[in-house]
Amino acid sequence: MTKIVVVTSGKGGVGKTTTSAALATGLALRGFRTTVIDFDVGLRNLDLIMGCERRVVYDLVNVINGDANIRQALIKDKRVENLFILPASQTRDKDALTQEGVERVLNALRDDMAMDYIICDSPAGIEKGALMAAYYADEAVVVTNPEVSSVRDSDRMLGILASKTRRAEQGGGDIPARLLLTRYSPERVTRGEMLSVDDVREILAIDLLGVIPESQAVLNASNAGSPVILDTESDAGQAYLDAVARFLGDEVPHRFLTAGRKGLLGRLFGGQ
Amino acid sequence: MSIFSYLLPKKQRSAAVAKERLQIIVARERSTRGGPDYLPQLQEELLAVVRKYVPVDPDAVNVQVDRDSGCEILELNITLPENHPS
Ligand SMILES: Nc1ncnc2c1ncn2[C@@H]1O[C@H](COP(=O)(O)OP(=O)(O)OP(=O)(O)O)[C@@H](O)[C@H]1O
Ligand SMILES: [Mg+2]
Repeated sequence: MTKIVVVTSGKGGVGKTTTSAALATGLALRGFRTTVIDFDVGLRNLDLIMGCERRVVYDLVNVINGDANIRQALIKDKRVENLFILPASQTRDKDALTQEGVERVLNALRDDMAMDYIICDSPAGIEKGALMAAYYADEAVVVTNPEVSSVRDSDRMLGILASKTRRAEQGGGDIPARLLLTRYSPERVTRGEMLSVDDVREILAIDLLGVIPESQAVLNASNAGSPVILDTESDAGQAYLDAVARFLGDEVPHRFLTAGRKGLLGRLFGGQ
Repeated sequence: MSIFSYLLPKKQRSAAVAKERLQIIVARERSTRGGPDYLPQLQEELLAVVRKYVPVDPDAVNVQVDRDSGCEILELNITLPENHPS
């Protein structure tokens, strides 16, 4: 059974694309045939994060319009077996994505390409692109930063997921949505400057998929065009690996929630 | 945490303020969710009317739509300030 997963947030720049790349790569590493689709039509970015920007020939809109078939448009990842990327179009035509067209692409990935997982990297906002990315989803990962506007937008997005997916429209109820709290800084939480993971859980009241620490490794990974989950030495890489394991149903304790240990003097006088 | 940070003024603990504000706004936005599109506007206008007579908080007017076995109920809650002479 093919599972369609939307990675969404409402607010922009919180880590959806970073997460989509990591989640798709992690699922492929676990042996699942996985495609990650960039729904950010107009602003193509996933290709850079995945490091395949120079191999883009066709894109999502080309497939929707019938200029290319799915086989021609899919980019096979060079590092990880079973991993494919479908880039966004750079067209400025807002109506390039049609619901019927998106459905055809998803069906082709399921029926012709035998995908196990399809990860939809949503654009920011709550407009058409974001709605399209979410419409056919079976499951959602809501990416949130521990910051007021991101949490509020995530809550709005949860409301949209509850009413604007195909499942909801057909009376099937909400799709399962899980929280991925990213750019988390335990030091700042300890100092009372940042919402804690428990604060955010309490407000949004959804299951926690994982907490990804604020990490230099993410920038390094995007500089190199290699999903951070492949940097298995890094804190963020490990946190994403844990999140993928949880996504697949493993019970993995949460890590990177507390500030690193400091000496007694540091704790007395350091404060940070 | 440093022992000195306990001496910092309360206002430094901004996360607690953030949480409280979020809880209020999220609860308010959830209450109108899924209801008719005119609800937020209705809430605004009701608030303006109430404020002509009573100095209430922006959060004092709460509009909610409940569906109860086929019929919809528009529920309106106005919290008056405690010290208001009635
Ligand atoms: N855990 C992290 N630690 C540090 N930086 C991060 C982390 N996660 C994401 N970033 C940085 O935040 C920025 C935005 O990330 P990303 O592009 O994944 O967000 P997005 O939600 O897809 O944005 P958009 O809404 O524009 O599509 C990038 O510069 C990325 O490197
Ligand atoms: Mg993005």
